[in-house]
Amino acid sequence: MAVCALTATAVTLLPGDGAPHRAVPAAATTARPAEQAVKDTCPSPEASLRPTGDLDGPAVRRIKQQGHLTAGVDQNSYRWGYRDPATGELSGFDIDLVRAIAKDILGDPQKVNFVALSTSNRIPALRQHKVDIVVRTMTINCDRIRQVAFSTEYFKGGQQVMVPKGSPVTGFDDSLKGKRVCTADGSTAKAEVERAPHGSTLLTVTNQLDCLVRLQLGQVDAVVNDNALAAGQAAQDPTVQLVGQPFTAEPYGVAMNLDDKDLVRRVNKVLEDYRSGGSDSPWMRAYRHWLASDLKGIDAPPEPKYLD
Amino acid sequence: MSHPQPSGTRAPRAPAAPATPPSAPAPAPSPPRTVAWREAADRLRAAAVTEPGRLRIIGAVLAALLVVLGTVTAWQVAARASAADAVVHHSQPLSSDAAAVYRSLADADSTAASGFLAGGQEPRTVRERYDDDIALASRLLVKAAANTDGSGTARERIAELNAKLPEYTALVEAARANNRQGLPLGGAYLRYANDRMRDELLPAANALYQAETGRLHSDYADAKSWPWAALGLGVLTLAALGWAQRRTFLRTNRVFNQGLLAATGATTVVLLWLAVGHGVARSELQTSYAHGAHSLEVLTEARIASLQARSNENLTLVARGSVLTKDDEDAYEVKFREGMAKLVGSGGADPEPGSLLDRARALADDKAGRDPVASVIKDVREWQRRHRDARSHDESGDYRYAVDHVIGKQGDTRDSTGETFDSADKTLGNALDHEQNDFHRAADDGREALSGLAAGSAVLAVLAAAGAVLGVGRRLSEYR
Repeated sequence: MAVCALTATAVTLLPGDGAPHRAVPAAATTARPAEQAVKDTCPSPEASLRPTGDLDGPAVRRIKQQGHLTAGVDQNSYRWGYRDPATGELSGFDIDLVRAIAKDILGDPQKVNFVALSTSNRIPALRQHKVDIVVRTMTINCDRIRQVAFSTEYFKGGQQVMVPKGSPVTGFDDSLKGKRVCTADGSTAKAEVERAPHGSTLLTVTNQLDCLVRLQLGQVDAVVNDNALAAGQAAQDPTVQLVGQPFTAEPYGVAMNLDDKDLVRRVNKVLEDYRSGGSDSPWMRAYRHWLASDLKGIDAPPEPKYLD
Repeated sequence: MSHPQPSGTRAPRAPAAPATPPSAPAPAPSPPRTVAWREAADRLRAAAVTEPGRLRIIGAVLAALLVVLGTVTAWQVAARASAADAVVHHSQPLSSDAAAVYRSLADADSTAASGFLAGGQEPRTVRERYDDDIALASRLLVKAAANTDGSGTARERIAELNAKLPEYTALVEAARANNRQGLPLGGAYLRYANDRMRDELLPAANALYQAETGRLHSDYADAKSWPWAALGLGVLTLAALGWAQRRTFLRTNRVFNQGLLAATGATTVVLLWLAVGHGVARSELQTSYAHGAHSLEVLTEARIASLQARSNENLTLVARGSVLTKDDEDAYEVKFREGMAKLVGSGGADPEPGSLLDRARALADDKAGRDPVASVIKDVREWQRRHRDARSHDESGDYRYAVDHVIGKQGDTRDSTGETFDSADKTLGNALDHEQNDFHRAADDGREALSGLAAGSAVLAVLAAAGAVLGVGRRLSEYR
């Protein structure tokens, strides 16, 4: 499991003298599904429509008529969806997935019109049909499934702690005591740190990447963030690393309009293909290309859950 | 012709004589100065009874009045001349240097963002412009630190700017380094640098500018204030001279006393010179104020507003929607619109009433001043139009188009918002130069109107005093 690997990494990197007693709380901080359950009132939000039957319905035909797929993405999340400053082109794990969907529907991975969406614009853009799909590290939860339709889970994310290598912080635990922690405003991380500060003081910034700036400038000691985004940050600075284990569970899905049921099935079919092939599946190749160096220990994509 | 009345003069002269001997023992032993003072008063009272005694007193009072008039006039005029001098050589240069610090910092910030958007192919001109801005700001800060006087606010702000400028440039360099490696972290550094510029450096530069401009205003007020003491004293002296001459005329039937007449003439010249000279200086200073303080201030503000709008326009493309307002709008786009509203407002070809460019246009008093403002208004309207076009392309996914139409393509800024911004900025710079020249011309004229007045009035007053003494002495001699 990824979690065990990460704990192991954290322990081996601890300074010799403090290691034995500090390693214990790290193990104690396991993911907290119970907490999630209180917030989510639906049993299994990540369950989606089975990729059978109508795979070429009105929504898919609409996209074919347009001649291109309109996809809402992020352009600021390194390794997921970001614009390469040198080329100005979008790339990342999410972008690869969009191209795979375009290739399946239109036969050409280049037939995509990317629209940069801010976090809060994702749902309105889908509901107003400004975009066909949103692939933007979007967490599937009970609140959202009432407003938009999701594909099956394509990545398992969770909140995690990121610190400079050599830091005594071992994870989301009491090793944070007296430390300054950075989170993005309005993020799950902020809510989690406020709920359980572990003796730390909180600095809130407007954007998750601003936390890495503050960490490099020595204004904070640790960053709490979605591990997917944290991996993108760690990839930009070889002197930081993720420690401890993810302490929330956040399944990512491709979001679509609630009416576009055929498109949901079609995307789930693409995901089936994307996941299949064992260690040589497109999913694993994308993982190794974009994420593996900083988000270690994942050996398979998440298993899909279906409603029907 | 008529002889003095011996009875009236001689009688009191007898008691006046014994008054002299007691003055000798007066400073001697027991009686302190109250006694001496009383004796002097007694003597004066005694002297006032005789005509020669009265004449002596009148002569002394007139001479004293004239000397005081000369002194007060010279002193008050010198104070105004030095305030006018301070306006031209001290406070206005400091104020315009502070404005230049403010402008170069804002320009550095918008230039850094432009260069950032160009990525690895940052044009050399952009890099040089940023370096020049930072160098100019540092140089002016050193100069300001050396020249600013007393004002605690100005000193504190200069110290703050000196401390924060290197922090800012360090952040910009970190942004560049990360950007060249293709890391989005560079954008976060640039946004942080911009935050520091907007929230710390620019407010400090603005406070410095306000402090120096406040100093300029107070120098103006000092230079323009009417020299009431000198004017009042002049009128009083003239009245005293008139009274003395009338008294002589009534007593002697002689119409003219040449000495007193000369004194009156000299005093009148001092008074007129003072009133006209100061009046002219005042009106020229008023003109220079309209340009120096007012026009320059509004134009400077307009230039800063356009620079900040430019920074925000660039940062919209750097941040790419990662920083939002409470209402989920792009924070930099919102700031851009706010800056534009302040600069020119909404509406058609004309600027909205009350906007900076509207005020600048109203303050421009000749064609040479109005033309550049009109050209800036045209540029800014075109800038707004191109900006909307670039935004709509960016929002529909064509980021490349938006960048090309904001910073230009490979250093070619044609049809970009950068072209209109550069043109507006350059024209605003020319308009500032024009107003600065107007200011200097008027302020120099004002200063010249006061030249020679202090020395001249002193000399004239001394001459007048001599005339008064001679004139009274002549009358006095008739008693010997």
